[in-house]
Amino acid sequence: MLEVNNIYKTFNAGTINEKTALNDVSLKLNDGDFVTVIGGNGAGKSTMLNAIAGVFPVDSGSIKINGKDITKLPEHKRAKYIGRVFQDPMLGTAADMLVEENLSIAQRRGKKRYIKWAISSKDRKKFTELLSQLNLGLENRLSSKMGLLSGGQRQAVTLLMASMLNPELLLLDEHTAALDPATAAKVLELTDKIVVENRLTAIMITHNMHDAIKHGNRLIMMNQGKIIFDVSGEEKAKLTKTDLLNKFAEIAGQNQESDRMVLS
Amino acid sequence: MDTLLSWFGTLPGAVSQGFVWGIMALGLYITFRILDFADLTVDGSICTGAAVCTVLVTANFNIWFAMLAAFFAGCIAGLITGLLHTRLGIPPILAGILTQLMLWSLNLVIMSGKANIALSGFKYRDKLLISTGSSNITKSIIILAVIILFIISILYWFFGTQFGISLRATGNSKNMSRAQGINTKFTTVFGLALSNGIVALAGSLLAQQQGAADINMGRGAIVIGLAAVIVGESIVSKFATNFYLRLIFVVLGAVIYWIVFQTVIFIGLPSEYLKMLSAMVVALFLGLRNIKSSSGKKNIVRGKKNA
Repeated sequence: MLEVNNIYKTFNAGTINEKTALNDVSLKLNDGDFVTVIGGNGAGKSTMLNAIAGVFPVDSGSIKINGKDITKLPEHKRAKYIGRVFQDPMLGTAADMLVEENLSIAQRRGKKRYIKWAISSKDRKKFTELLSQLNLGLENRLSSKMGLLSGGQRQAVTLLMASMLNPELLLLDEHTAALDPATAAKVLELTDKIVVENRLTAIMITHNMHDAIKHGNRLIMMNQGKIIFDVSGEEKAKLTKTDLLNKFAEIAGQNQESDRMVLS
Repeated sequence: MDTLLSWFGTLPGAVSQGFVWGIMALGLYITFRILDFADLTVDGSICTGAAVCTVLVTANFNIWFAMLAAFFAGCIAGLITGLLHTRLGIPPILAGILTQLMLWSLNLVIMSGKANIALSGFKYRDKLLISTGSSNITKSIIILAVIILFIISILYWFFGTQFGISLRATGNSKNMSRAQGINTKFTTVFGLALSNGIVALAGSLLAQQQGAADINMGRGAIVIGLAAVIVGESIVSKFATNFYLRLIFVVLGAVIYWIVFQTVIFIGLPSEYLKMLSAMVVALFLGLRNIKSSSGKKNIVRGKKNA
């Protein structure tokens, strides 16, 4: 399904701030895989997702979705295949536009947008139905401004927008991190439901180890721009928080080693 | 009583002037409010519209054709700013200033090197849509009102279409727009072209109203347009959010602006202070808005770091 082959990305190359964010990352996803990604700050999790989404070009390597090479496609053209939810609830929706207008934009994701009235009464009916599935009481708020909704509601709507047309790949970049714990749990539950019910292929970054273990059928851990741990199926199901903590401690030790080597 | 009467006498002039600048403000609204792009091209493109229209009318072309040509000339000006920004990565304000400077030369070229071409006088009086003379002012006001309602209706319809909504989304959140497959570079260029087309159309009406195209007529135009947008919005935001009403109030903002101006002149303020006054009015209104919102929650949320 998704095929990431040996991608590299270095920011600020040739300057004192040079940072290798992705260092030979390869990842193969099967149809219906739900992958959770964990790793420390600066491990390259978001960079990997952004590279797949096309926010910036990679230095080398290739990215394919269902056999189609999208490495050279600009961000807006990749949107045809990819649905995305950001960490910041303010980013995923247009705050000054109505809820129904936001949904109508998502309805045309990856399609040509014509000079034709955007929202019909049929659309409104469909939007109401979709919103009622969220169980957040949003079904009567089609003509509210998006900015008047709470962070959790906005994230839920963004999730709906990203998954509306059943994208081939769903990218979730710590999309519950900015929410309070109760809301985060609710949005996460909703995510699980949407991904499983629509059999979507999804990658979800989280910094919550418990969530990473609980959700999805596969877990990868990143460190210094590399994927250092990749478990799926049975093995992933048996994984405990202690396993992950040990893994983290192991990495921390290695990092210290390399720091010491540089310093001495 | 007499002074009050003669003050009333200045009103029709202010309304007709306000209507012309109201059209300009509608163009500016597209960039400033919808695309969130501070576009300084307008100081040049309003003059381009005036120049193109005047040159064509004096060459015996039909007035409607001349105005249409002015509109498209403005679109090209906006296109240049858009390409400077999206293709060459030049920041919005600088891209606008660069085009504005280019236009100063181009406008002179259009006017065959003359700084001023008259459009008044007996020869053209019957050809023009609106005219300078006070005798026809009612007719001018009615024609302008019809043009304004036509433009607002078109804009209202356009920004409700699939493509129009993608322009609004671009100004609202570029991240979201791209994630939803909107080519934000294209929508930005399109919006700038449309905006400057409308501004140039206003320029063509301004030339008819003032009876001339002048190379300096665009100086400070953006400030007058902004004043109209801000004044209009500050009234409308209190009771309505409807897009159609918003656009109408932008035009009314321009009318209010000119009424205040005529009044200030009427009271006896020397006209050399007028541009300073308009700049101060805009600074004051923009400032008030920011002081108010900095205590609101919007800015605090926006301050959050993006991943």
